[in-house]
Amino acid sequence: MNIQNMILTLQKHWSDQGCLLMQAYDVEKGAGTMSPMTLLRSLGPEPWNVAYVEPSRRPADGRYGENPNRLYQHHQFQVIMKPSPDNIQELYLESLKALGIDPLKHDIRFVEDNWENPTLGAAGLGWEVWLDGMEITQFTYFQQIGGLEAKPVSAEITYGLERLASYIQDKENVFELEWTDGVTVGDIFSQPEYEHSKYTFESSDSDMLFDLFSIYEKEAGRAMELGLVFPAYDYVLKCSHTFNLLDAKGVISVTERTGYISRVRNLARKIAKTYVEERERLGFPMLKEKEEASNE
Amino acid sequence: MSNTVLFEVGLEELPARFIDDALIQLEEKTKEWLDDLRLPYETIATMSTPRRLTVKIEGLPEKQPDIEEVAKGPAKKIAFDEQGKWTKAAIGFAKGQGKSVEDIYFKELKGTEYVHINKFIEGEATKNLLDQFKDVILSLNFPKNMRWGDKQLRYVRPIRWLIALYGDEVIPFSISGVQTGKTTFGHRFLGKQVAVDHADNYEKILKEQFVIADVMLRKEMIAAQIEKLAQDKGWEVLVDEDLLNEVTHLVEYPTVFYGAYSADFLVVPEEALITSMKEHQRYFPVRSREGELLPYFVAVRNGDEKHLDNVARGNEKVLKARLADARFFYEEDQKAPIEQSLEKLSRMVFQEDLGTIADKVQRTVKLADAVSEHLQLDKTTKKHVTRTAEICKFDLVTHMVDEFPELQGIMGEKYARIFGEDDVVATAINEHYMPRQANGMLPETVAGTIVSIADKLDTIVGCFSIGIIPSGSQDPYGLRRSAIGILQMLDKQAWDIRLETLVSTALSMNVKLGLTNRTEKEIAEDLKEFFHIRASYLLREEGVASDIVEAVLAEGIQHVPFTKEKAKLLAAKRNDEAFKSTHEALGRVLNLAKKTNVEKVDKALFENETEHDLFEKYQNISPVYEDALLKHDAVKALETLGTLAEPIHAFFDQTMVMAEDEQLRENRLGLLNLIAKEVYAFADLNAVQWKQQF
Repeated sequence: MNIQNMILTLQKHWSDQGCLLMQAYDVEKGAGTMSPMTLLRSLGPEPWNVAYVEPSRRPADGRYGENPNRLYQHHQFQVIMKPSPDNIQELYLESLKALGIDPLKHDIRFVEDNWENPTLGAAGLGWEVWLDGMEITQFTYFQQIGGLEAKPVSAEITYGLERLASYIQDKENVFELEWTDGVTVGDIFSQPEYEHSKYTFESSDSDMLFDLFSIYEKEAGRAMELGLVFPAYDYVLKCSHTFNLLDAKGVISVTERTGYISRVRNLARKIAKTYVEERERLGFPMLKEKEEASNE
Repeated sequence: MSNTVLFEVGLEELPARFIDDALIQLEEKTKEWLDDLRLPYETIATMSTPRRLTVKIEGLPEKQPDIEEVAKGPAKKIAFDEQGKWTKAAIGFAKGQGKSVEDIYFKELKGTEYVHINKFIEGEATKNLLDQFKDVILSLNFPKNMRWGDKQLRYVRPIRWLIALYGDEVIPFSISGVQTGKTTFGHRFLGKQVAVDHADNYEKILKEQFVIADVMLRKEMIAAQIEKLAQDKGWEVLVDEDLLNEVTHLVEYPTVFYGAYSADFLVVPEEALITSMKEHQRYFPVRSREGELLPYFVAVRNGDEKHLDNVARGNEKVLKARLADARFFYEEDQKAPIEQSLEKLSRMVFQEDLGTIADKVQRTVKLADAVSEHLQLDKTTKKHVTRTAEICKFDLVTHMVDEFPELQGIMGEKYARIFGEDDVVATAINEHYMPRQANGMLPETVAGTIVSIADKLDTIVGCFSIGIIPSGSQDPYGLRRSAIGILQMLDKQAWDIRLETLVSTALSMNVKLGLTNRTEKEIAEDLKEFFHIRASYLLREEGVASDIVEAVLAEGIQHVPFTKEKAKLLAAKRNDEAFKSTHEALGRVLNLAKKTNVEKVDKALFENETEHDLFEKYQNISPVYEDALLKHDAVKALETLGTLAEPIHAFFDQTMVMAEDEQLRENRLGLLNLIAKEVYAFADLNAVQWKQQF
């Protein structure tokens, strides 16, 4: 099965479970978790079920397109279900079957793995899912987001699409994976992988990036003061990506590093708090819709 | 008639590392619970798989035993009124006991007759009590708990089903919205949902659904299958007990299989290959009978034998990617010379207030050099010490250690050899992390020992300087283990160096560098207490009684092996009749010496011969005694002190120490104080509980 069909299959599967199909969020980020579709929407009491593909940028993992396993940008298929349904594990296993993975022919396990992202004040408990010894999915019950307790709890399922595809397509080099019949990942991403790696490690203008970080940070704070949560959060994402670029280039000294991380964290926390307050002010609209629906 | 009781808590996959402790708790808490309910039982069996915790109780009676009790009420005279009728007091008493006045009889107690009632408490039916097991389930402690869905409960993982059976009857209760029933779940893929018709049939029914609930049985199955495979192939499979345990807790139905990897990877140091297999993949590595690492691995599938080849191929592929990474790292690391790695250490934080690893290394070099200077080592050894200290952390920035942190030092040694460092230095780099666990191997080389001591000392003193002091279970930098390691190394090497010298050297360096946020005195006090506790722990581990430990540590830890010698000698002396006179004499001196601070004697103030005699003896033995201390000759030292016993006894017989005249008194106390100083240099003899009299 090519990656395109994997995506279609997963979208169909989770759509059938009542998930909204969203598109990738248009700000650079390191993981699908950082999309506001996950990070902000998993806060507060409103139910939220969503699935989307997220291109995720990890500048430090760039390898000029030469390493068969590492990418500057890989793709995650992200699912959030809030509150986590009782049969969430079964739903997940069904999705693997839909991808053509017959559990009777493999060894599938849930191995303890807890997730923590201090920059976002986020933490969860769960597993990495092993398919014949390979980690193909991160499965997390959010316990805390933006320093706030996650209530109700969301289940987050993150498939590493290239990982899973390398198994399904039995390829050892990520660039040989078929995105669709006749078109490989290499065809699409070799050049950007090379260029982004070169840019990140050699050519980026660090002074400009430092300036951008400060500008983004200031703007995030200003938007926050105005109660504009979503714009503020976009700028936090930009801060985070800018920081990652600088960090990958190795121009952030140790002492500065902690400072930068805590600055982003403080912003993220404030935004989380304000988001919940704003939703409350609006009367938690999605909560109402659901109640009305169940009354009908 | 007795019945079997079964409780099963169905969970989403439990963390393997929590299960052993959970089972111990489950058994203990079940026992306590049954004892509280006064329910006797024959056996309690606990079972578990990744998806369930189970307890099965056999031989429970149908009801609690009845209780017969005699209740004593008011005196007979107030039980009847003037008309001879029952008073309110009597009626009330009977009622309070759940009886009526007809049940009352009288019995005399110390001359007075009292109202009595024979009370009979009928035992409750067992099955009516069993729903209280809910509390046992909820009382289990796990290192980490979580919430799920919209539930309030915090538990190790979401609870998905519950079984509570009394024979074939369901005991109704619910936890967090899950109601008890008879239904259990078999293996996720091979089994199905199934009813347990009777508690007795639990294991059998689960086995049909490809679940082996008994942990020991599952473990034995794995061990036996590995053993058979090893036999067939002529292999030595490295079955690590911890790993076997973990794997047992990761599967419900174990099937052992093996896979291979390319022999090309064997160029990578085997420690890295083994770590990759064990830590990352939970595979058992394979050696030949001759001990050579072979390019195979043994693993356990959670499932049956069908399509096992497919599973093996998948696992091979994963391992291949991992080993390719390891080989890539190994080759890359060899391209970065040591000096280049050292530069990167200045970008790695050791501790926010204590600076980077590079800063730490600088301090370690200074400390290590100070130690070699103190020990007057030869030039070559000194050079080895310095070089080891300078580069001991370089491997922290290698890809390999980044990937496999537990290989720190081990990779350092290998790369150091490749980069042409001296053999001793290479060995010492690895050794400076020793002991790696409690009572682990200690360094052999001088350089390894000195750098290990310096590195650990720097961590301990640094942390104490900024107020990071271990308390309770909080010891993030492993300071306790480091301190014990230092003491063990000093003991092993028996160098002429006192622990106190080492600690104060490190502390004054930190003060000079401005790395303290408390007063030097406070830090020194805390360090003293910290090392004291570790030293007494070590001595007691070696069988030294606590009183003797306190006696020899009264003046600090000092020279570690000598302190141990002294302890052993005192332990022998405490039952030695011949030593009685000595310790009594010296003990009396110690007691009286506490009354003064004077440390000088004026011979002109002596009034009798015994004073002269004692002072002269003291002056005579003093150099001999101190020489014995310097040479760490405990026997000689104590023997020499012993020669003072007779003149001391004579002195006390003839001399009134606490004389009216202040000058005389202070002079006599001064003499005793001089002697006391010498005694304390050996031990506080009064801390010993002497046993000769017994």
